[in-house]
Amino acid sequence: MTAPLPPFQSRTLITAALALAILAPWIASGFQVFQLTQIWVYAIAIVGLNLLTGFNGQISLGHGAFYAIGAYSEAILVSHFGLPYWGALPFAAAISFAAGFSFGLPALKLEGHYLALATFALALAVPQLLKYEKFEDWTGGVQGLFLDKPEAPLHLPLDADQWLYYFTLIITLGLFYLANNLLDGRVGRAITAIRDQPVAAESMGVDVALFKTLTFGVSALYTGVAGAMSAIVIQFVAPDSFTMFLSIYLLVGVVIGGVGSLYGAFIGAAFIVLIPDVASSISKAATGAIYGIMLIALMYVLPSGGWGLLEKARAWLGRARRAPASGPAPIQVPERRAGPR
Amino acid sequence: MELFVEQISSGLATGSIYACLALALVMIFKSTNHINFAQGEMALLSTYFAWTLLAAGLPYWATFLLTIVVSFIFGVVIERTVVRAFSSAPHLSLVVVFVGLLLTFNALAGWIWGFMLKDFPSPVRGLSTGTSLVDAHELFVVAVTFVQLVALFAFFRFTKLGLAMRGAALNPASARLVGIRVGWMLALGWGMAGALGAVAGMLIAPVVYLDPNMMLGVLLYAFASAMLGGLGNPAGAVAGGLIFGVLENLMGTYVIGHELKLSFALAVVVAILLVRPAGLFGVSAVRRV
Repeated sequence: MTAPLPPFQSRTLITAALALAILAPWIASGFQVFQLTQIWVYAIAIVGLNLLTGFNGQISLGHGAFYAIGAYSEAILVSHFGLPYWGALPFAAAISFAAGFSFGLPALKLEGHYLALATFALALAVPQLLKYEKFEDWTGGVQGLFLDKPEAPLHLPLDADQWLYYFTLIITLGLFYLANNLLDGRVGRAITAIRDQPVAAESMGVDVALFKTLTFGVSALYTGVAGAMSAIVIQFVAPDSFTMFLSIYLLVGVVIGGVGSLYGAFIGAAFIVLIPDVASSISKAATGAIYGIMLIALMYVLPSGGWGLLEKARAWLGRARRAPASGPAPIQVPERRAGPR
Repeated sequence: MELFVEQISSGLATGSIYACLALALVMIFKSTNHINFAQGEMALLSTYFAWTLLAAGLPYWATFLLTIVVSFIFGVVIERTVVRAFSSAPHLSLVVVFVGLLLTFNALAGWIWGFMLKDFPSPVRGLSTGTSLVDAHELFVVAVTFVQLVALFAFFRFTKLGLAMRGAALNPASARLVGIRVGWMLALGWGMAGALGAVAGMLIAPVVYLDPNMMLGVLLYAFASAMLGGLGNPAGAVAGGLIFGVLENLMGTYVIGHELKLSFALAVVVAILLVRPAGLFGVSAVRRV
C-alpha cells in the first residue's frame, strides 16, 4: 500500500466528487446526464466482476450473461407481473445471485484457462437462449421487451431523466458502500486469501469452496443489479444487447480501472461508456481495436490499471511534498501487487 | 433413413472443420500450455488475406500455400512480440491479453475489409461426387483434416524438431539444458498453430461466408471439440471434432432444434470439464502443491 495522505485531504476529495455527482444533472446537458447514469450502472457491473476476478482470482469471460439475467428478470417482472420498477429490483438481484451461485458450483472444479473457457461458452450461448422461441412468451424473442420510463415519485421537482440519475446514483453508492465493507472485513480477507494462497487459506480454516461459490453469487448479484438498472435506464431489453462482447467490455472495464481496486470501477466504467463515442467518429471498428490494444498495453505497462496510476501519482506527490521537511527519506515498503497471482 | 445418413455425413464434414481449428488450439496448448482465445480471429485474418490474394487474381493453390506461409510467420511474430512479454505473468493476465488480441484482430478485420458478407471459393466446388449425400467440398474438408492430422503425428513422432518441441513443452528447464532453444520452440508452436488456423479458416469460409464474426461460433465448437478429445492430444481433438459435429447435427435435427446449437456446445463444455477434465483421450495432469 502507498502511504495515505492526511485524512482531511482525501475527505475533501471525496466530498468534492460527491458534490459534483449530485450537482451534475443541473449542470450537464440531457445526453450527458444519460451517459453519467450509464457510467454508474456499468460501475456496479464492473465491481461485480472485479469482486470475482480481481479479488477472488476466478476469471470470468461471461459476466454479460448475469447482466442479461438481471436485465431480463427486471423486464419480465415489470411487464408480466406488474411489479413497480423498484420493487422488481430486489427480485432481479436474488435471481442473479442464485444464477451466479449455481454457476459457481461447477466453476469450483475449474481453474485459470478452463474457467475462462467455460464462462466464454456461457457468454456465447446466452443471446441464443434469449432468442429461443419456446421462451418467446416471456422474453419477447428477438423483439425484446419494452418498459415504461419511471417518473419522479412524491412530486419531487425532477424530470424523468434527473430522477433516473439520482435513483441510479443512490443504488450505486449503496452497493459500493456494501462492497467496501465486505472487502474490509473477515470475509474480504478470506476472499483475497483464496486468490493469493488457496492452500494456506484452506489450512487456516477458510471454507474455500463455500467462499468461492458465494463470491460467484455476490459477483453475479452486482452484475445482475447493474443489468436490471440498465433495463430501467434504457427501458428496453433485447438479446443482441447481451452478446459476448458485453462480457469482454466488462472485463475491459475491470482492467482499465484496475484489477483488484474497488473505486477503479468508476474509471473503467467511464472508459467503456465514453470511448465508443470518440472512437466511432473514426470507424465502426475502432472501438474494438482501441479496447483490444488498451487491454494488452495496460497488462504490460500498468497491471494495476487507472486506479493504480492515481495511487502512484498520489504517493509521488505526497513524497515530493514531505521530502524537504522530514530529513531521511521514508523507508520504501514494497508495493503490494494489485493483480491476482 | 436418407435424412439420417445425410445428417451424419454433413456432421462429419462440419466436425472436420471444428477439428481443423481444434488442431490449432491443441498445437498451442501442447507447446505452451495456454488456451489461445485469439486463435479463431488469427484464422480470420488469414482467411481475409487469402480472399484479398484471390481477388487480386492469384490462382487458388498459390493463394493457399502463400497464406499458410504468411500465417505461419504471423503466428511466430505474435508470439515473439506480444505473448513473449507475458511469459512469467499469471493466468489472468494472459487470458486478458488473448482476449485483447481477439478484440483487436476482430476489429481490424472489420476495419480493413468491412462488415459485408463475402463469398469465398472452394477449389472443388461444382465437382460431382457421384452421390447426393455428400458434396465435394465436404469430402475435401475431411481429406485435408486427415492429411493434417497424419502430418502432425509424423512430425511430433518422427522428427528431431518435433521431439525438441515436445521436450520444450514438457520440461522447459531440462530441455534448455540439453541445448533446445525453448523460446524458439514456443514461437514455432505459435507459427504452426497460425498455419493450421489459416487452413481451417479457408475451409470454413466457403461454407459460412466470410465476415468478421465468422469465427466466434466456430471457435466455441473448436474449444468444445478439443476439450472432448483432450486438449493435449491432436488425434483426440480430431475425434472430438468429428463426434461433436455429428452429435450437434443429430441433436439439431431430432432433439433441440437449430436455435440452441450454441447452448448445446456450452452444455457439452461444462459437462466435459466436470466429468472428465482431461477429455476422452487425454491424460489428467498431476500437479505438485
